[in-house]
Amino acid sequence: MRVRLGVDIGGTFTDVALDTSAGLVTTKVLTDITAPESAIFEGIKKVCKTAGIELDEIDQIIHGTTLVTNSVIERRGAKTAFVTTEGFRDVIEMRSENRFEQYDLNLTLPVPLVPRKDRLTVHERVAASGDILLELDDGDVERLVELVAKGAYESVAIGFMHAYVNPAHERKIAKALSEAMPDIFISLSSVVSPQMRELPRFNSVIVNAYVQPQIAAYLKRLVSEIKDIGINSQVFMMHSGGGIISVETAIEQPVRLLESGPAAGAIYAAGYAGTHGIEKALSFDMGGTTAKICMINQGAPKSANTFEIARSYRFKKGSGITVSTPVVEMVEIGAGGGSIASVDKLGRIQVGPISAGSEPGPACYQNGGNSATVTDANLIVGRLDPDKFAGGEIPLDPQLASAAIDRDISRLLNLPIMDTAFGITEMVDENMANAARVHTVEHGEDIEQFTMIAFGGGAPLHASRLCDKIGIKRILIPPGAGVGSAIGFLRAPFSYEATRGFYQALETFDINAVNTMLEDLEEEAKSFVTMGVGTADTEKQLRVFMRYVGQGWEIPVLPDVMRFAEADVVNLCKCFEETYRAVFGRTIDDLDMEITNWSVTIATAVSTSNMIPKSESQQIATIESDCTLFDARTRQALKTSKVRRADMITGDFVVGPAIITEDDTSTVVSTQYRAIMQSNGSLLIEHQELKS
Amino acid sequence: MTLSSIDYQIMWRRLIAVVEEQATTLVRTAFSTSVREAGDLSAGLFDSKARMIAQAVTGTPGHVNAMAESVGHFVNEIGKKNIFEGDVYITNDPWKGTGHLHDITMVTPVFRSREHIGFFACTAHVVDIGGRGFGPDASEVYEEGLLIPITKFAERGIINELLLKMVRANVRTPDQTVGDIFSLVACNDAGNSRLQTMMTEFRLNDIEGLSDFIVEASREATHTAILELDDGRFENSMQVDGYEAPVHMQVAIKIEGPNLAADFTGTSGMSAFGVNVPEVYTRAYACYALKCAIAPDVPNNFGSLYPFEVSAPAGSILAARRPAPVSVRHVLGHLIPDVIFGALDLALPNTIPAEGASALWNVQISARPCVPDCNLPSRELLLFNSGGTGARPTSDGLSATAFPSGVSTMSIEATENVGPIIVWRKDLREGSGGAGSQRGGLGQTIEIEPLEGYDFYFNAMFDRVENPARGRKGGKPGWAGRVELADGTMLRSKGRQFVRNGSRLKLSLPGGGGYGIANKRDKKNIEADILGGFITKQQARDDYGFEG
Repeated sequence: MRVRLGVDIGGTFTDVALDTSAGLVTTKVLTDITAPESAIFEGIKKVCKTAGIELDEIDQIIHGTTLVTNSVIERRGAKTAFVTTEGFRDVIEMRSENRFEQYDLNLTLPVPLVPRKDRLTVHERVAASGDILLELDDGDVERLVELVAKGAYESVAIGFMHAYVNPAHERKIAKALSEAMPDIFISLSSVVSPQMRELPRFNSVIVNAYVQPQIAAYLKRLVSEIKDIGINSQVFMMHSGGGIISVETAIEQPVRLLESGPAAGAIYAAGYAGTHGIEKALSFDMGGTTAKICMINQGAPKSANTFEIARSYRFKKGSGITVSTPVVEMVEIGAGGGSIASVDKLGRIQVGPISAGSEPGPACYQNGGNSATVTDANLIVGRLDPDKFAGGEIPLDPQLASAAIDRDISRLLNLPIMDTAFGITEMVDENMANAARVHTVEHGEDIEQFTMIAFGGGAPLHASRLCDKIGIKRILIPPGAGVGSAIGFLRAPFSYEATRGFYQALETFDINAVNTMLEDLEEEAKSFVTMGVGTADTEKQLRVFMRYVGQGWEIPVLPDVMRFAEADVVNLCKCFEETYRAVFGRTIDDLDMEITNWSVTIATAVSTSNMIPKSESQQIATIESDCTLFDARTRQALKTSKVRRADMITGDFVVGPAIITEDDTSTVVSTQYRAIMQSNGSLLIEHQELKS
Repeated sequence: MTLSSIDYQIMWRRLIAVVEEQATTLVRTAFSTSVREAGDLSAGLFDSKARMIAQAVTGTPGHVNAMAESVGHFVNEIGKKNIFEGDVYITNDPWKGTGHLHDITMVTPVFRSREHIGFFACTAHVVDIGGRGFGPDASEVYEEGLLIPITKFAERGIINELLLKMVRANVRTPDQTVGDIFSLVACNDAGNSRLQTMMTEFRLNDIEGLSDFIVEASREATHTAILELDDGRFENSMQVDGYEAPVHMQVAIKIEGPNLAADFTGTSGMSAFGVNVPEVYTRAYACYALKCAIAPDVPNNFGSLYPFEVSAPAGSILAARRPAPVSVRHVLGHLIPDVIFGALDLALPNTIPAEGASALWNVQISARPCVPDCNLPSRELLLFNSGGTGARPTSDGLSATAFPSGVSTMSIEATENVGPIIVWRKDLREGSGGAGSQRGGLGQTIEIEPLEGYDFYFNAMFDRVENPARGRKGGKPGWAGRVELADGTMLRSKGRQFVRNGSRLKLSLPGGGGYGIANKRDKKNIEADILGGFITKQQARDDYGFEG
């Protein structure tokens, strides 16, 4: 068996997971933002030592990083020019012309990544049909090249109107620029995101150009340093769509790396959904600052074509930069262990979205933080053991937690500390429950049909109360929950999603043109996958973005063909109606349908882990000790069993209220629920209503 | 289990999620462009006394606050003793709903153990309601489409088939309009089922206790905020373009302890065209402005709206009488906050922005083949566009951003795929923001040409062409709007006009007013404005006294 290694650079920790024939070894080391490689090497050495293997035995490294996202959020990208069609210089500044916070008179909009002075225009215009309405003349090209040269830009983004259907002008500019300035980085919207809608496409190409010099330098350095320390393996990169690509592709299209960490988390959860035969899973990942929720149907995380990055306004929808690149779709809310609790003007407890993060962190960390946070509240209500947090590495001080909660909330509301702490935990659970519910409603799903898969430091603490609120009856806490993303890297397929804006009304569907375009897309996707794995067994999936004529937004439809014949067009129509009915509960007769965007994904087959049979409750787990936990349902402190996860064997069970402890986190089992250890180390938590 | 204040807080939070869920469903299922793109809808929960206790944050202010009043009308007209489980009520009466016939409001009574405990209500703008269609040209409301008086859409679960037939027979898009009616019904049902689950969880038999808690907390917070203002009477007036004649808008705000009253006495009389505003819609936008300035953090409900009393004299353009045409009441409605702000600035220093473009520049285009009997299809297109907002005391105005409306614009590529037009330009209108120590937001320039084989008509309903947005505290006005062909031929800012193939329509949207004296603007900001082309060097010299 091959030795594979997953490395996930997060904002706080770098997680490493090593997969050998002997099993999985994982570790966490602190991230060093200035030299991200050093944490990688430290982690690699640590896991190799634990596993007892030499560095040169590693066959494959799969890497994911938040560096791209951070570079955008912190505005540390390259000096970038944006070249666009005359008349459309301000698309990225005007955005959707709306306000994302209705009552705030002092609202500020996010500042464009490329300032107006660096947005350059040329006279050219392509029509929606792809016809050229205004030719790009050579004199204009020359003038533009001079402007770019004079501006001393490191990177250039090119985005013209309708370039997704006819990229000729974008290519002409790119050619002239690279001839004049061979070292300059150039990104084309027709390559990075060839989809209809100028705002997300322009944003995508700009983000790509903006981060490219930095990411290219980092990846090249990383690859060579990996060789230098004696590792003789290929390096691959995790992308936002939940698959892996070659380093070369990643350097060309760094915009695809944006959400690689969260995407891998969803892949990790999807892997366990497969193992446990869970058809509908809701992955729930809660860390220090945010909670992320993703739907997984039949083992596949829900994907999307556009998403927002770098939200400037407390995670508020609309306050970020919308990009169009394939992504695992999730909702992210400002709810984490570090989320700060306060009292608003109406005397209500508010939790988040501001977070104390890990520096200085919650008050109880004894690290100089003095805000009352969710972790402080968890400590007071008894969900956390002050001596065993993070494997005992961070001793928690309940007195500091009480003092912060007392000062910031209890005194203002005239409430006892315990009630306040409980109020904080309830409010954060309520926030997450509401976000999860709205997310499933938006997709026409019934949340109660889902099984939650909880991971990340905070999720196991909150999962059972959260599920109690939203009516979910089953929760799975897989092993290695603290380093889920790194493990997800090891489970991800090689994959590439090629997208294209190509408008078709179903009434006038042009079979030949569509098939030719699909051939191109398939060829494009295949070439990138081949770059990673050579020839391998692959699976193909076509997604068609459709709507009724006159609607503003499309839904993805999955026909089971890759090319169209007459009959398939009729099937596509039926397929759309089925999907539409599933999401919206009805269809509309007599309305035509239209297609805006297309996507073809090619992915290597993932070795499906064998399904394991469910282990039923057999014997009561060994109770390590008893403690007291304030129970949310009954609103009182209850005697609670404490069990070490490591002591549990297959079939061991414990009835809530209980706390199951491990180094990375603790799992709280509420009254109404019971936890059963499964044969693969996963904890299955079931509502008592479900008969075993 | 006895309910604590924490339980009430959690339930309050839950209710807001419940109504948000209602609204989300509507946005995704709606057919009319303005619901989808502009959030032209609202959804909320009311107690048995018809007091609104939770409302989705999604939605435009016009609906948000108008619907709050409408449930009271339903209760009065239906009669308490005629409210049965399984009922659903409907209206689009502009004077009892949300201001024009295109908005359908539906109300579903909520029952718990056979007791009536409250209502869910929602409103959405439907694609078509018959009549002349969405435009200002009618001279009476009867021409504007089908009016459905407050009536039972369903009684004890049985749908009124006659009503459905009447609707289908009177609109151009029966499937979509009726489809939207059913999704309004379904969205109330969804809210109801979530509410019932919550009541089971907290073992509630009614929502009166919760309702009192929410209303009292919100009312008190709003009263407290008003108490911080100086008592007194503060007046302001503003002239805007109107339709056939300029409209004078006049307001007096009286602040007395914890209460505030705004009175529009002195405002011009009604127009002969559909720009008239029913009073309910005036109240909606006035309350929105008051809330933004005074108590933005308090959730919108009966309690937070209660301390604000807004009135306009019957028969004025802001309290139009039946049967005045009211179809495009949004144009003047959007300008109401500027009038309110001018008066409020006297009571609330360093908070109020300068005037902005405010009224949306919606362009409705009817593209027609140049040769009538060729096979090219006709197309209807609607584009939402916004000018600049007024500068704020400590920050510049927002360029090309909707305020007070919550509208979003559409992708030009998407629009060009649907209709035979080419948009040559949609970018910021350089120099259009009013000068000030804080600069007004820039308007935008849009150039539209019919594609080969087509001409088009467009329906102009643009304000601030004659009356630009004024600055505040010494700030200069923003630039006025312009309506013309690209060759310089001036067009009217009101009414249906023709653009022949080969010509380009050019719209220059108004900028927002400046705030404070321009000479006091930070030099760095002036330099950045010149560099980015937000202002010209000439303007920097003339308006800001900046020599570089």
